[in-house]
Amino acid sequence: MNEVKPRISVYYAQNATVVTLTDEKILEEGDIKSIEDSIMPLIESRVNLVIDFSEVQFLSSTVLGLLIRVSKRIYEQKGRLRLCSIGPKIYDIFKITRLDEVFEISEDAKKAIKSLA
Amino acid sequence: MTSGCTHEKIVSRGVVSDLRKICDKILSIAVSLKYSKDDIFAMHLAMEEAFINAVKHGNNGDIEKNVTIDYTITPEKFDISVIDEGSGFTPETLADPRAGDNLFKTSGRGVLLIKSYMDFVEHAQNGRLVHMVKKNTNKAIPGKA
Repeated sequence: MNEVKPRISVYYAQNATVVTLTDEKILEEGDIKSIEDSIMPLIESRVNLVIDFSEVQFLSSTVLGLLIRVSKRIYEQKGRLRLCSIGPKIYDIFKITRLDEVFEISEDAKKAIKSLA
Repeated sequence: MTSGCTHEKIVSRGVVSDLRKICDKILSIAVSLKYSKDDIFAMHLAMEEAFINAVKHGNNGDIEKNVTIDYTITPEKFDISVIDEGSGFTPETLADPRAGDNLFKTSGRGVLLIKSYMDFVEHAQNGRLVHMVKKNTNKAIPGKA
């Protein structure tokens, strides 16, 4: 039987659902699909979502597409989205693509949760 | 042990996972040549984006079509061309993913990232070839512990 490694971990804090991306590198199309399939059920209703990047050291532009899809779904449901704990190298990717202006990015999960209070 | 200069021309199946093995090999050479972590991050990202573009947009996912990788890496610089077998495109007509509603599109950022992270980028052969260069900002002496 194949071992399935979870791509995200989830916890619930006050008025937010916090998703931590657990892969150091997010590249494979299958992995990205797996992350999307795990996140989408969490945001089927109105929810405030925090996506924690503290484990992520590398990602491609395909992941940015995933974040856009997630954000659209959340806003459709009148929820709110925060990204947090993005390391400097990954943050540069957000700055270059100007997605730092699209997403609200907090320093860490605690601050992200607080911003949703 | 890695010599001062490595050059290879590889014709690979147009499958991203196959191309990533080439990427991993190149990055391990870059580590041995003491490229900086920032340089290696940039090379990794640029290759990833170029390979995805070649397979998905160039070859349109057709695994019968190949992707050719022609690279040279020395202690001073990394030079790579990625060539697909698709119908090509006009790079000048690519929309700026940072402009207006493009910001909210789910794709179209690969070429911008390549241009941002590499020192030199050009397209040729009607857009089927992307040529990229990254200088080693450390300029380390190879073989020195």
